[in-house]
Amino acid sequence: MIRTAWLVLKKDLTVEVRSLEIAYTTLFFAVSCILFFAFALVKEGKAPEDGAAGILWIAIAFGGTLALGRTFERERQSETLRALLMAPAARPAIYVGKLLGIVALLAAAEVVLVPLVAFLFQAPLLSHPFWLAAVLLSGTIGFAAVGTLFSAMLVRARSRDVLLPVLLYPITVPVIIAGVRATAALLQPDVELALVRFWVALLIALDVVFVTLALWTFEPLMTD
Amino acid sequence: MPKWFVPLAAATALMFAASPFLIANAPYEATMGLVQKIFYYHLPSAWVFLLSAIVCGIASARFLFGGSPRQDRLAYAAAELTVLFGAIVLVTGPLWARKAWGVWWQWDVRLTSSLMGWMVAWAYLLVRKYGGPGSDKLAAGLALFGMANVPFVYISVNYWRTIHPATSVVPTLPVDMGVALWFAVACFLLLFVLLLRLRVYLEEQRARLDALYLSLDE
Repeated sequence: MIRTAWLVLKKDLTVEVRSLEIAYTTLFFAVSCILFFAFALVKEGKAPEDGAAGILWIAIAFGGTLALGRTFERERQSETLRALLMAPAARPAIYVGKLLGIVALLAAAEVVLVPLVAFLFQAPLLSHPFWLAAVLLSGTIGFAAVGTLFSAMLVRARSRDVLLPVLLYPITVPVIIAGVRATAALLQPDVELALVRFWVALLIALDVVFVTLALWTFEPLMTD
Repeated sequence: MPKWFVPLAAATALMFAASPFLIANAPYEATMGLVQKIFYYHLPSAWVFLLSAIVCGIASARFLFGGSPRQDRLAYAAAELTVLFGAIVLVTGPLWARKAWGVWWQWDVRLTSSLMGWMVAWAYLLVRKYGGPGSDKLAAGLALFGMANVPFVYISVNYWRTIHPATSVVPTLPVDMGVALWFAVACFLLLFVLLLRLRVYLEEQRARLDALYLSLDE
């Protein structure tokens, strides 16, 4: 099971590294989002309170949607989806492999986005690197867990590009809220770590719920 | 349609006509006065909203793992009712909040999670309508997430410090208020059952019509 997930992940990363298509488009889109918000909101070098936290997460959510839409679309275009599903591999393992691929991709994007937001909004984002990494990782897993499931299911649906955000955003609202609140708490002049810890705990709880539900439903949703 | 439908519909209509009198006769709440009376419709519609999200989720799970189209029709009907009763909750809530808290809306845990549940039901309907073939299973997957949200809405007020009244309010109501409330709960539950049955019936007829068209083509 772990081996299969690892193989799926390795395959996805190999394909991605050869073209870097998803990485570049996602990153470019997320960076443009941040720039728009910086034009609109930063006046004379002063950003609105908690703006940086919200905009970082908007960029991750928007960029992530783009990346999620592409991962399974690629399988469909090269007609490898059937091969992937016919392979003697447990469905949950395929899901986990895909999920890890998305998380790795978004984590790589965040490495660029965080310093950019910190720079444009003059936010002390890097003052607690460990906690920020915990918030970003747990939030990204929650977002990607739902996203991977739905983008896989949408592969066969009509108007899938429109439907992915429609499905994804209502369900990931709690993840985004918890992520934004935790990041905003980290940006305060004197950080209340108890508050950050609370939001990270909530994010991890959401991750557990979402991943469990996704593993449970991935199999019946991907058959036929 | 089953035999009980018309008599029950008539009884429910009568009960809905009677419930404003019970509510009017219930005592005024000391601090909020007249606005508090919104509560008698807000809370029952909220319960039915959560109940129909659960019905939708369970029917979806059974459809997903069992494949029976009957469960799918039930889930579809319940999703529409989730949107309907959710709309009542989200209209009556802010009306009350404006008077009680001074704001229409607050990003409080219970309000946010209720809004999220309502949006999931909307997303369910959008997927069903525009998703094309295979969207029934997709929507069923979505409904499971909607159902997972329900306990969260319910317990949220007891675990977080929010401004929304906690669930412990209900058992401590004075008798007159309790009677008006439980009567309204009965009204809304009956309305839910009736609408659900009617909506499932409509879907059944639609499925039969589709089957007839198919057999005509062959």
